[in-house]
Amino acid sequence: MEIQGNKQLTLHMNGRRKIFKFKPTLGKILIYFILILIAVICLLPFYSMMITSTHTNSEISRKLLLTPGTEFMNNYERLIHTVPIWRGFINSLFITITSTALNLYFSALAGYGFSKFDFKGRNILFLCVLGTMMIPSQLGIIGFFKLMNSFHMLNTYWPIILPSISNAFGIFFMKQMADSSVPKEILEAGRIDGCSEVGIFHKLVLPMLMPAVATLGIFSFIGKWNDFLTPMIILFDNDLQPLPVMIASVKSQFSTDFGAMYVGIVISVIPILIFFSIISKKIISGVTTGALKG
Amino acid sequence: MRNAINKSRYGYYFVAPFFITFLIFGLAPIIYSLYLSFTNWDGFTDPVNIGFANYERLIHDSFFFKSIFNTFIIWILSVIPQVSLALALAIILNERFIRGKHFFRAVFYFPHIVTPVTLGVLFFLIFDWQTGSVNKVLMELGIIHAPVNWFNSPWLSRIIVAMVTMWQYFGLNMLIFIAGLQAIPNELYEAAEIDGASRWKIITKITLPLLKPVLMFTFITSIIGGLQLFDGPLMIGNGPDNSTTTMVMYLYQTAFKNFNYGYGAAVAYAIFFIILIFSLISIKFSKLNKVEQ
Repeated sequence: MEIQGNKQLTLHMNGRRKIFKFKPTLGKILIYFILILIAVICLLPFYSMMITSTHTNSEISRKLLLTPGTEFMNNYERLIHTVPIWRGFINSLFITITSTALNLYFSALAGYGFSKFDFKGRNILFLCVLGTMMIPSQLGIIGFFKLMNSFHMLNTYWPIILPSISNAFGIFFMKQMADSSVPKEILEAGRIDGCSEVGIFHKLVLPMLMPAVATLGIFSFIGKWNDFLTPMIILFDNDLQPLPVMIASVKSQFSTDFGAMYVGIVISVIPILIFFSIISKKIISGVTTGALKG
Repeated sequence: MRNAINKSRYGYYFVAPFFITFLIFGLAPIIYSLYLSFTNWDGFTDPVNIGFANYERLIHDSFFFKSIFNTFIIWILSVIPQVSLALALAIILNERFIRGKHFFRAVFYFPHIVTPVTLGVLFFLIFDWQTGSVNKVLMELGIIHAPVNWFNSPWLSRIIVAMVTMWQYFGLNMLIFIAGLQAIPNELYEAAEIDGASRWKIITKITLPLLKPVLMFTFITSIIGGLQLFDGPLMIGNGPDNSTTTMVMYLYQTAFKNFNYGYGAAVAYAIFFIILIFSLISIKFSKLNKVEQ
């Protein structure tokens, strides 16, 4: 049955359900059962978190909670009273957007540079870029801390945002994309028209790299949004800290106030959930292209 | 042609920002850390050179060896089920008859993009022995009669950290495996089906051997990632008798909690050395495999 269908399958992928009607055999039911079970395991902790955040502490400790309660606002008030969590949200947005913008611009710039300019030592320099990917990020963390101290950059955003300029994976990804999607003829045409080299990059190359910029942008955004160690050691002021650092301080400050803690993590997860449900297709295809390039 | 040669020096300007930033924020701190690892810097007074004392202390530091042991245990407990599950799900979701593929892929991948710190706090709360929902569910179902104090047992704590890590990463690996599966040409499957091969034969004789490079890639990245485990376990806690303290947690606590920055730098170099050795072994191992083929 399947052998005959294969040719038709490759011709019209969407028509395949009309061509075949699978009988629901026991094996298939079992497979769906497993898939749904794992999906439930993936989502249940988040459901439990949302439900629990709407109950009082005594209810949380007394019984299993399956339905929403009415105490969300009270838990929320207690949380907000001690931890400026929305301030953290704004800080996270600011740090993430500026870092992502720098990362994308400079990755495209260097990726294009490695792809289209035949300068001396290009291959060795590119190997150096790839080599930096192998270094674990914690290796220099203590020197980083002391160095930022002597630059008077502790408790500022500079040490968190500026390193985004040197993103090795971004350069590697952008070089691959520039290799395949930026034709050399267009650059020649731009030069004949008297465009400067920087002008060519801004007006001709960057627009052509936009699909790659979008893919890399999503991952740079997620990575920076979740970044924890560097902001935690660099930023002391509560008002400067991003969301993950605030969540960590919620945990240490509300040691017995479970309702408030649950509200804190709900506020941290919900934006990610919304973000993901809107562009999940793009994120998933991005992981796949990223995996194939790497 | 002449034009192109003249322009090639612009390449330097385009790649320069990477190297300048990396020198300042990447390489300089790494070299500075090496210097600090030979000092007794405590964050308040000026660093004083003490030679190899930090490294001598490291060799006799049972807490550090325990953190290495914990990291490896947690890594093994999480990576084996994680890769097997990811592989099985990738093969299932690559089958033609499955409906709702995108939904399942999205749901399985979702835990991976949630902030690890938040996940750590979430599971710390869910496994709390008095208020957590896990104990409540198990008691409701009659599986246990009294709440289990999960974080009071070293092995249960390690298993929980490993399961959370697995839960967080299996979706990512599944997507990578699906990408690998889709790169296998369809003709191979068609030929095998014409030859009358069973589904199981097709998986073991075609799919898995052709997926080997992707499997090796996942294995290497999961070693490098697993040995650096930090955010989630830090929030779940140290466990009884430091049984879930990972290497990077130990580094963080030594330097930024106990202000032994000099010794912390030595710990950082030791961790780097361990990761380097294991990366080299796994790369060598994957090359040997290639030669065999």
